[in-house]
Amino acid sequence: MITKKIYLYFPKSETEKPIVYRLVKEFDLIVNIFRAKVTPEEEGYLSLEVTGSQENIDQAYAFLGGFDVVIQAGSKSVRWDEGRCAQCGACVVHCPTQALSIVDRKTRAIAFCEDNCVECLACVAACPFGACSSAF
Amino acid sequence: MIKTYAEINQKIAAGKAVVLTAEEVIDYVDKRGLEAAAKEVDVVTTATFGPMCSSGCFLNFGHSTPKMRISEAWINDVSAYCGVAAVDVYMGATQLRHNDPANMYYPGEFRYGGGHVIEDLVAGKKLQLFGLSYGTDDYPRREIRTLFDINDLNQAIMVNPRNCYQNYNVAINTSDKRIHTYLGILKARMRNMTYSSAGQLSPLLNDPFYETIGVGTSIWLAGARGMVYAQGTQHCSLVERGADGVPVEGAGTLALTGNMKEMLPEFVRGASFKGYGVSLALGVGIPIPILNPEILRRTTVRDRDIMACVIDYSVDYPEKTGKVLARYNYEQLRSGEVELDGKKVPVTSLSSYNKALRICDLLKAEIEGGRFLLSEPSQRLPLNQGMKPLNITGPAR
Ligand code: SF4
Ligand code: SF4
Repeated sequence: MITKKIYLYFPKSETEKPIVYRLVKEFDLIVNIFRAKVTPEEEGYLSLEVTGSQENIDQAYAFLGGFDVVIQAGSKSVRWDEGRCAQCGACVVHCPTQALSIVDRKTRAIAFCEDNCVECLACVAACPFGACSSAF
Repeated sequence: MIKTYAEINQKIAAGKAVVLTAEEVIDYVDKRGLEAAAKEVDVVTTATFGPMCSSGCFLNFGHSTPKMRISEAWINDVSAYCGVAAVDVYMGATQLRHNDPANMYYPGEFRYGGGHVIEDLVAGKKLQLFGLSYGTDDYPRREIRTLFDINDLNQAIMVNPRNCYQNYNVAINTSDKRIHTYLGILKARMRNMTYSSAGQLSPLLNDPFYETIGVGTSIWLAGARGMVYAQGTQHCSLVERGADGVPVEGAGTLALTGNMKEMLPEFVRGASFKGYGVSLALGVGIPIPILNPEILRRTTVRDRDIMACVIDYSVDYPEKTGKVLARYNYEQLRSGEVELDGKKVPVTSLSSYNKALRICDLLKAEIEGGRFLLSEPSQRLPLNQGMKPLNITGPAR
């Protein structure tokens, strides 16, 4: 069993289709949805983690590829830009999961641990330097 | 034992100066003793990196054909002050972008403003100038729209009326509502605290009585060779001071200038404070010459010797009540949690200790390499100066 993070963009034509349901039903995947959003233009975004066998995940990717969906495999939809991070630490208290934390007490360096991130977006609001951003 | 600026500069020029950072000097003096260390150490490097709102820059565009006396200008849609000369403008760090909804939909995001224009300039990006004029006989052009970058400008000189606050408030929010301030987002009912100081690395905390940092001091301003050109605005040295004269509140400030063409993008960064506005975060390094043991002793100040006052930004700060809820030293603040009224409150910083440390090291390397000489201030900063409030006077309407 392996776990993969993906996030998807659905144009208007695809938002009606029960894609997640079929991921569970046909490919036997355990789906953990972090965040979903449908805009007023009825485009949709979905950020999730899927757990299953490599074979089933490969098939699921192929299945998703059959839709008019943009697939971003391998990352969450929250990004931390190390180059833009000023290492101030302002985000640390707003992050509920310690995904953003002080990793070296001596130099007070900050790092982002993507695995811990639950995509609450608190850091996007709290970071003055635009280092944390959301894909949607 | 007394050294002079000239002696220290000779050693620097010869590549023989002993330079320590404000962090390293603490243990060094502990080990060697003050008298011996004062003989050995020539310079201590101090630094800070954080949002400094009172910043901006003068830009000179040169003349177009035909010429124009620019009377209104926007750079990437951010308004610049044009009440100078024909093609000189001043871009302030906190200027909002034209049509930014500000806090109309509270809390506003303030994604781009003067601070970001300054960041983009230093980063060498192309920016758009849009200018208007009423036209004169000698300057007939009435409108201009063109792309430029910092290399196209004759001068890009940063001129910051107030940087490097000696110490600063710690902010908290006792109200029931989340508030948005220049010290970041403060959760309701005292669920977090923020501070903004480099503590033991901070320039004026290592020279609390302005014995070496004064008007004319050479500084490292975001990588450029800059200088202190005046006392900073709101310089208020007449404040309560704790152990060894270290102020427990804002106190002294510096007005700084430097050539933006020499600056490093890493240390010039636009900042967006949700619900508050835009600003500029800057890196500043200041060398302290060890002229005598007393000056050295003051550079050994530690986080635990520097106190800061906790102010309620929901009431006491806006209403200027002067109330202080508590005091902590920077060692406590930096631990990430303090206790207030029996409650554990998480603490974070807006100022980057990590970057301040890097600046201390970069400046140290420049001095050791003989590339940065010290300058003796031509004027001391005022020692017993207070600060006036703005009283509202005049006929009632
Ligand atoms: S999105 Fe939330 S969980 Fe993820 S890093 Fe930001 S604050 Fe932490
Ligand atoms: S608030 Fe932004 S700049 Fe500061 S440490 Fe967090 S991610 Fe980095």
